[in-house]
Amino acid sequence: MTLFFSLVSYELRITMRQAFSWVTPLVFFIIVICLFPLSIGTHSALLSEIAPGMIWVTALLAVLISIGSLFRTEDEEGSLSLLLLSPYPLSVLVFAKIASYWLTHCLPLICVTPLLGFMLHLPALQVLVLCLTLLLGTPALCLLGAIGAALLVGIRGNGLLLPILIMPLYIPILIFGTSAVLAASQEQPLSAYFAIMGAFTFMSVAMAPILTAVALRMGVSQ
Amino acid sequence: MWDWLKQNGLSPKSFYRTSGLCLPWLTVLFLGCAGFGLIDGLYIAPADYQQGDGFRIMYVHVPSAFAAMAVYFAMAICAVLTLVWRVKLAAVCMSCSAPIGASFTFLALVTGSIWGKPMWGTWWIWDARLTSVLILFFLYMGFIALQSILAEQHYRDRACALIALVGVINLPIIHYSVIWWNTLHQGPSISQLAKPAIAPSMLYPLLAMIAAFFLFYLSVLFMRMRNQILLREKHTHWVREVVLS
Repeated sequence: MTLFFSLVSYELRITMRQAFSWVTPLVFFIIVICLFPLSIGTHSALLSEIAPGMIWVTALLAVLISIGSLFRTEDEEGSLSLLLLSPYPLSVLVFAKIASYWLTHCLPLICVTPLLGFMLHLPALQVLVLCLTLLLGTPALCLLGAIGAALLVGIRGNGLLLPILIMPLYIPILIFGTSAVLAASQEQPLSAYFAIMGAFTFMSVAMAPILTAVALRMGVSQ
Repeated sequence: MWDWLKQNGLSPKSFYRTSGLCLPWLTVLFLGCAGFGLIDGLYIAPADYQQGDGFRIMYVHVPSAFAAMAVYFAMAICAVLTLVWRVKLAAVCMSCSAPIGASFTFLALVTGSIWGKPMWGTWWIWDARLTSVLILFFLYMGFIALQSILAEQHYRDRACALIALVGVINLPIIHYSVIWWNTLHQGPSISQLAKPAIAPSMLYPLLAMIAAFFLFYLSVLFMRMRNQILLREKHTHWVREVVLS
């Protein structure tokens, strides 16, 4: 446990010292969201109807684009082999890396979501539900993406392969995330959506670090 | 027992020999089943009272959709054999199944949409079953893309096996979430094209066609696997003998 937290705080310190590494996905997220009103039109009814799906898809793309480099610096500078050789269980180390990735890459997106939601004329309740679904769903996105990132760790030019590999697995999260906001707009009960997204996230927490560790060992020993 | 099987029965060399003996029989059986299924299904079986002759595309559509899913599960079983017991033959089987399964999925999508045009009036609806078959197609594409980008043999097998396993765990989740999404977003559509009681005269050709698709899968799989084995084992003595003889 102390190992986990010390690793997370170490990763966070590194990220904080290179601001661009967490600002870039945030700027990407905001710019892509702003492209939609510019291309589709600015009718507030239309925007508020498509806003949840738009924000979810853009968050998914922001994760997919940046998570490919989750283990890249470690691989290039050679510290990945040291992680593999360390006496601690690799899945814990991997989980710490994913957790700090989520804190630096997804949490900022969720923090600006209310702002973007209001810019897209989304009612306050739906903004709240949207933020909650993102809070519940984005960890699963990161965890599943990490498996793909670990598989492709030594491969150069994998820019589009990772999305193809991982995107189909994101579909359930996307469906329940956007459906919850839709249900909120129709004043239907929401607990089932949160329960299912929570189940999905916890299942990923249980399985993805182990699979990522397996994939990393395979990739490095090749 | 298992070790013996792994050494003798599942070795690439003995598979090459056995499959060479099986292949003509498989092809003959496939031709027989397909011939019976096609002639019986397209000419002899009575026309449907609702859909007329249009329903006859079912004899291609249903078997290909069925085979598309079955091949993915076969790949997942091979993936377990590859990851846990490192059976060489399972890795060959998995990598050779993927393009065949993807073709079945594509065929299911195309025939489904051709069937949909006269029956539903549109080429494509975002129906739960159609959407999940489409996603299955994407899963196949991801597998094939990963397979084509990785160069090193051993790592490629294991990485592909891992992705196939993750895919098969997610497949039911994706399927049920798509069903839920579908019932939420649109009212009851024509998706319940259920055939609760299908007449025997229509059923037998369908069963024959399903058998034909599986025999086709097996014979194409064996041909691909034999090629793949020769390529992988090209440095061994017995392959040199086979190729030179």
